[in-house]
Amino acid sequence: MNTQLLLIQVFNGLVNGAFYALLSLGLAVIFGMLRIVNFAHGALYMLGAFTAFALGQALGLGFWPSLVIAPVLVGLLGAVLERTLLSRLYGLEPSYNLLLTFGLTLLTQDLVKQVMLSRFAVSSAPYTPPEALSGVVNLGFVVFPKYRLFVIALSLVICVLTWFVIEKTRVGAVIRASTENPAVTRAFGIDVGRWVTGVFAVGVGLAGLAGVLAAPIYSVEPYMGAELIITTFAVVVIGGLGSILGSVITGFAVGVLAAVGAAIYPPIANTLVFILMAAVLLVRPSGLFGLPEGAR
Amino acid sequence: MKTTTMTALLAAALCAAPGALAQTLTGGSIKVGVLTDLSGVYSELSGQGSVKAAQMAVDDFMKANKAYAGKISVVGVDHQNKADVAGNKAAEMIDRQGVDVLLDLPTSSAALSASAVAKGKKIPVMVVTGGTTALTNESCNKYTFHYAYDNYMLANGTGTAVTKRGGSSWYIIYPNYAFGQDLNRQMTAAIQENGGKLAAPSDATPFPNTDFSSYLLKAQSVRPKIFGTMQAGNDLVNVVKQYNEFGLKKQGIGLGIGLLFETDVAALGQDAFAGAIATVPWFWNYDARSRQWSAKFEAAFGKKPTWAQAGVYSATMTYLQAVARAKSDDGDAVVRALEGYSFDDMFARHATIRPQDHRVLLDVHTVMVKAKADAKETGDLFTRLQTIPAAKAFMPLSESKCKM
Repeated sequence: MNTQLLLIQVFNGLVNGAFYALLSLGLAVIFGMLRIVNFAHGALYMLGAFTAFALGQALGLGFWPSLVIAPVLVGLLGAVLERTLLSRLYGLEPSYNLLLTFGLTLLTQDLVKQVMLSRFAVSSAPYTPPEALSGVVNLGFVVFPKYRLFVIALSLVICVLTWFVIEKTRVGAVIRASTENPAVTRAFGIDVGRWVTGVFAVGVGLAGLAGVLAAPIYSVEPYMGAELIITTFAVVVIGGLGSILGSVITGFAVGVLAAVGAAIYPPIANTLVFILMAAVLLVRPSGLFGLPEGAR
Repeated sequence: MKTTTMTALLAAALCAAPGALAQTLTGGSIKVGVLTDLSGVYSELSGQGSVKAAQMAVDDFMKANKAYAGKISVVGVDHQNKADVAGNKAAEMIDRQGVDVLLDLPTSSAALSASAVAKGKKIPVMVVTGGTTALTNESCNKYTFHYAYDNYMLANGTGTAVTKRGGSSWYIIYPNYAFGQDLNRQMTAAIQENGGKLAAPSDATPFPNTDFSSYLLKAQSVRPKIFGTMQAGNDLVNVVKQYNEFGLKKQGIGLGIGLLFETDVAALGQDAFAGAIATVPWFWNYDARSRQWSAKFEAAFGKKPTWAQAGVYSATMTYLQAVARAKSDDGDAVVRALEGYSFDDMFARHATIRPQDHRVLLDVHTVMVKAKADAKETGDLFTRLQTIPAAKAFMPLSESKCKM
């Protein structure tokens, strides 16, 4: 394989990596703080894309306002779900929240499909990138869509920002404290329940944001999150459950590796990430950046 | 004594007369089974619309043939595009619900499976939405008829038209399963027969798949005249979306599509498809007859018909007329009435049912998708480039591997 093709695939991989990173970041924040394995993450990602599409259809809102409004709406829905349903399962086995979030996924997919069919007469809808980002740029070695470069850049910014807030700020310290030792944190006069809700909302808001970013690249359809979420879980496992830095780095790395791997040997495209996961788990059962069980 | 005999005979004859028809129909009625995708990826292009189309055919037939009034009903069943489900449902529909014919059958694997089951039970099958040529080749059987289209017709129509219009070099991608592999083979053959060539070997893509960017980047570096995609349904929508995103059209690389349904164009907006060439057996605004029927369908269903749904209407009507000719719904009798039959209706023009392999031959059209600005009315999607006559549109009998 020549260098040009390799470079092309690296770029290509970074785009997919950006989606993996944003989604696994949300999963890591939620799992790390709340110990919830959120299987509904893919459906919430789809809901982000669908909300952007629906806002455009109903209110004529373009991409830019939707990029802010849709994740906020998805985040608010997340807060409602956490308050009304998930909060009732804390302290129970993790399989309960897995079942609940899986059920929510099926429900959301079918609801969106019904709405799409009855309101828009299609179950797969077009969404175009904003004027300023449509078209392609010549990078010398490849002609690449501007919009995809934007996705890589924005996703990097969001990931760094999230990591910074959680690891380096006072807000982050409170969040970490409320999840690691709720009793003591409560004793300091902090409303732990509200913080937990907030963290969940931000986590699913990130999924919503990834959804809006995906809408101009993939068609908006009810099952768009279903396939992606499986790869994302693999990314989370490789990176180490709950590790924020791990999920971001692994997200981008897996995207690039899968793209380069697919260029060298196409049939491996869909399985490479799982081969990688198996290999990593053999060597480091807690993932590349995860802490061993005892250290938690 | 003589008078009583005569009276008895007369009475018997009088009693028998209205019942004569009922006696030749098993169970005294005909049940039309639409085995289709009611919930999945093909539910928009077939699904409930196909069930509605079959119902319309039944109603029209009963109105024109009073003897059958009230004796024909339609049942729609979901096969989820899965071969095993399709086989089970086909058996259940025939054995438990007393279905006399199976219709529609999107997804090649599901069509093949249901066809094999129905063959064992001697029930006619009219495949409208399934595409594989295996149905009239190695997997053909006495009870299966292939209506509307198949992969050979698509490849022959589009490959020839595009190559002749200057699309002399192609790069093709296809979904890696029976339908895609078959269509890629047929398309490549059609291109080469017309003096075209492949700019690079065809690539198999995972199925289903959302991200086609690496193939589009490859197309950029290979620079073919035509980027050919054999993807269907939602995968096709993604390919075409990304084809536009990567600006291939502006770079002078045209788009050739293996299988196109009206619903795909609706999903992405017709501008994204504008200029793409495909082959279809029918479209709603082809002529006055197709228009008239489509207006009726739209009034009843709320949407314009796809060519698959129009095909289901036509296939149902063709089946019922064969029952009328055979004066029986017995599978063998209906098959005899269908074989070699020539007809012409709102969907199938200059149509003949080839007795040797049960391929339904009909005129098909190579079309180019119009830009939105060129559309004269809602849903005006296609400019007709040419009509391929029934005799030339499908695989010649000499190439068929069918042994019935």
